[in-house]
Amino acid sequence: MTHFATRTTGSDVVVVRPEGRLNMVAAPRLREQLRDLVDSGSARVVVDLAATEFIDSSGLGALVSGLKAARQAGGDLRLASPTAQVRSVLSLTSLDRVLRTYDSADAAFDGD
Amino acid sequence: MSAAGADRYPSPGLRILIAATVLLGLNYVVWRWLFSVNWSAWWIAVPLVVAETYSLIDSMLFGLTMWRWRRRAAPPAAPDGLTVDVFITTYNEPVDLVTRTAEAAARIRYPHETWILDDGERPELQSAAAELGVRYMTRAASWTNKPRHAKAGNLNNALLHTHGEFILVLDADQVPDPEILHRTLGYFQDERTALVQTPQYFVNVPESDPLGSQAPLFYGPIQQGKDGWNAAFFCGSNAILRREALMQLGITGYVRAVEEGVVRALRTAGKVLDRARSELGANQPEVLAALDSVRVAVRTARAAVRQGQPLAEVTYRFQQSVDEAARAVVDADAGSIRADLEAIAALTATPGSDADGVLLDETTLSRLADREWSPLGALESIRTMIRAVDVSRDDEAEPTLALATISVTEDMATSMRLHGMGWKSVYHHEVLAHGLAPEDVGTMLTQRLRWAQGTIQVMLRENPLVQRGLTIAQRLMYWATMWSYLAGFAALAYIAAPVIYLIFGVLPVQAYSWDFFGRLVPFLLLNQVLFVVVSRGTPTWRGQQYSLALFPVWIQACWTAFRNVYLHKPLDFAVTPKTRQRRAGPPWGKVRYQIAAMVLLVLASAVGVVRLYLGASSVLGVGVNLFWVLFDLAILSVVIPAVRYRGPDTEGNG
Repeated sequence: MTHFATRTTGSDVVVVRPEGRLNMVAAPRLREQLRDLVDSGSARVVVDLAATEFIDSSGLGALVSGLKAARQAGGDLRLASPTAQVRSVLSLTSLDRVLRTYDSADAAFDGD
Repeated sequence: MSAAGADRYPSPGLRILIAATVLLGLNYVVWRWLFSVNWSAWWIAVPLVVAETYSLIDSMLFGLTMWRWRRRAAPPAAPDGLTVDVFITTYNEPVDLVTRTAEAAARIRYPHETWILDDGERPELQSAAAELGVRYMTRAASWTNKPRHAKAGNLNNALLHTHGEFILVLDADQVPDPEILHRTLGYFQDERTALVQTPQYFVNVPESDPLGSQAPLFYGPIQQGKDGWNAAFFCGSNAILRREALMQLGITGYVRAVEEGVVRALRTAGKVLDRARSELGANQPEVLAALDSVRVAVRTARAAVRQGQPLAEVTYRFQQSVDEAARAVVDADAGSIRADLEAIAALTATPGSDADGVLLDETTLSRLADREWSPLGALESIRTMIRAVDVSRDDEAEPTLALATISVTEDMATSMRLHGMGWKSVYHHEVLAHGLAPEDVGTMLTQRLRWAQGTIQVMLRENPLVQRGLTIAQRLMYWATMWSYLAGFAALAYIAAPVIYLIFGVLPVQAYSWDFFGRLVPFLLLNQVLFVVVSRGTPTWRGQQYSLALFPVWIQACWTAFRNVYLHKPLDFAVTPKTRQRRAGPPWGKVRYQIAAMVLLVLASAVGVVRLYLGASSVLGVGVNLFWVLFDLAILSVVIPAVRYRGPDTEGNG
C-alpha cells in the first residue's frame, strides 16, 4: 500500500496530503496511515485537502477515525484547504458541525 | 422501462375493495364507541373496544400498504465493472453450514469478493475459508472491551476494512443463487437507490408450515406495497446495499452522537461540579480552584456551542483549559513537595543529592497532570464529565457506525435512517437465496421474540411517526409493522371477553343486536376477501393464526423492550440457534399460556351451556360467544402441532 505524501512543519505538526479521489478504495489506506502516524508519536496532524478532487463518506470516515486517534493521543487532527466538492460533502453530512476547515495547512495549528 | 413492460399497481377494483373495507370498518368501530359500549362493565367493555379499534387500525394500515401494491417489471440489466463484497455473517452456526453458504457465495456469477465475518472467531472456520479460497475476517482490536453490537457490529467492522461499492449481506444459512447479483445490481443505476431487498425463503419447511416460518404475505404483497411508497425495508439478509449510503449514515450518526454527547455533558456539568465541590470540603484549596477553572471552561464551551462553533474546536479548547487547571494543582502540590524535600535535604545535608531533579522532572509533572492521574481525574464524576466533552466517541469501538445499533434488529432501523436521508429502496420479488428456518418450537419462539423486541426498541427509540426526512406514507409504512407487534394485548381482550360472558354473564356490548352484526359481519367478510385477493392463493391463514396465538411472546417483547429502553435493563437477548434443539418430549411448557387460555375457553363454554340450561342467559348471547370461542380455539390451536413438530424429516409428506 502506497502512502500519501507527508511533511513536517516547523512546529512538529505533520501534514498529510491525499491526492486525487479519497473514496472507498483509498479510505482504508488513509485510515491506516493516520493511525500509524499517531502511533509513531505524531499526534498533531493536518490533512491538507488541496489536492483532493473528490471525497466520499468512506473518506470522511477515515478522517473521523484519524481525529479519534489523534485526540486519544492528546493531539488533534485538522483539515486544511478543502476544495468545493469536499466542502459540499462536509456540509451534506453535517460533519462541518464537528470539524472546522482551515485555509492553510501551515496555519492550522497557529496559536495551539 | 424495458421491453418487459412497466411496473403494475392495483386495479381500480382492488382500490374500491380497500376503500370499502376501511369504510365498513370505520362504520363499525365508530358506532361501537358511540352507541354500544356497555359502560357499566367498563373493565371488560373498554379493553374490548380498544382491541377492536387496534384491529381496525391494523387493517387500515394494511389497506394503505396495498393501495400502492407495486409489482415491478423485470429488473434493469446489471452494468459491468461494479465492485461487490459478499458478507456472510456468522456467530455460532455449524462450520459446515457456513461453508455451504460460502461455497455458493463464491459461485455467484457477478465478479465479487466473498467474506466470512466470524464473530465466533473459530480457527476451524478460518481454515475452511482458506480451503475454499474465500476471505475471512474477525473483529479488529478496536472492539476489545467495547460494545460489540452483535450482527450490526460485525457488519460495521467489516465495512471499515473492505471497499466494494456494493455489499450483499447473507445470514450464514442463506444459500445464494449464482444469479443474485445479476438480477439486482441493475436497480442501483438509479444513484439514489441504497437498498435492494429480496425475499427470505426457507427450504426446510413442509407444506403445512407448522411453525409459520414462511412469510408469503410479508415477502410479497406487504413488501411490494411498502415498495410502492418507497418504504420497502431491509430485513437483515438477502439484501444488497450501497456502501456510500451506509457510510453516510455512519458519518451523520457520528455527528449526531457527538452533538448529543457534548451538549448533554455540558448541560449536566454544573451539577457534577457542585457535587464534587461539596464532597471535597475546604481543605484542598488548589483542587477547589481547579474546579472553578473547569467551571469557567464549561461556561466558555457552552457559549461556543450556542454560537455554532465546530465541536472539535470547542472540545479541544475545553480539554486544554482542563489540562491547564490540572497542571496548576500539580504544580502547587509539587511546590509543597519541593519545599519538604529541600527541608529534608537541609536536615540530612547529604552531598550530591538532587531530590528535585530525580523526583520532579518535567516528564513526571506532565504525567501527574495527565487526565487520568491528576487530582481532578481522581474525582470519578469529573473525569467522566470531562471525557464526555470530546469528539472521540470513546464509548464505542469505532466513531462511525454505519448500521444502526439502537436495536437488536439492526435492519429496520438502518433502512428507516436511509429513507430519512432521502435514499430509495427496492423490493425485488424473486427468491434468490434459500435459507433454513428454525425446526423446533423453542427456537422459533426465541427468534420471534427477538424480532419483536427489536421492532419495539426502534418504535420506542426512533418512532417513525416523528422522524424528519420521511414522507407521511413512509412513516406509516414503518409504523404499520411496529403496530402489528402490539397484537398481544388485543388478543388478551379477544380471549377474555367470551370467557367473562360465558361464566359471569357480563356483556361488554349493550346488546347483540341486528345493528351490531349488520355492521361487524360485512367488515369481517370484506377484510377476508381483501386478504384472499391480495394473497392470490398463497396460504395466509398460518400467519393470521400466529399473529394472535403468539400473544405471550408479543407481550413479553413489549415489556422487555420497554424495560430496556427506559430502565436500561438487558433484554436477555439470545442469538437464534440454527440447529435443532433436541429434547425428550414435546416442550409443552413453551406454550403454557396458550394451553391455559384454551382450557379456560373450553371450561367457560361448559359453564355457559349450563347457565343457558338454567335459563340464566340468552340463546343468542351464548351462541355468539360459543362461536367466538371456536374462533379463538382455531387460532390458538396452532401451537399444538407446533410443539409436536420434530423437524422436516419426521413429517410424512415433508
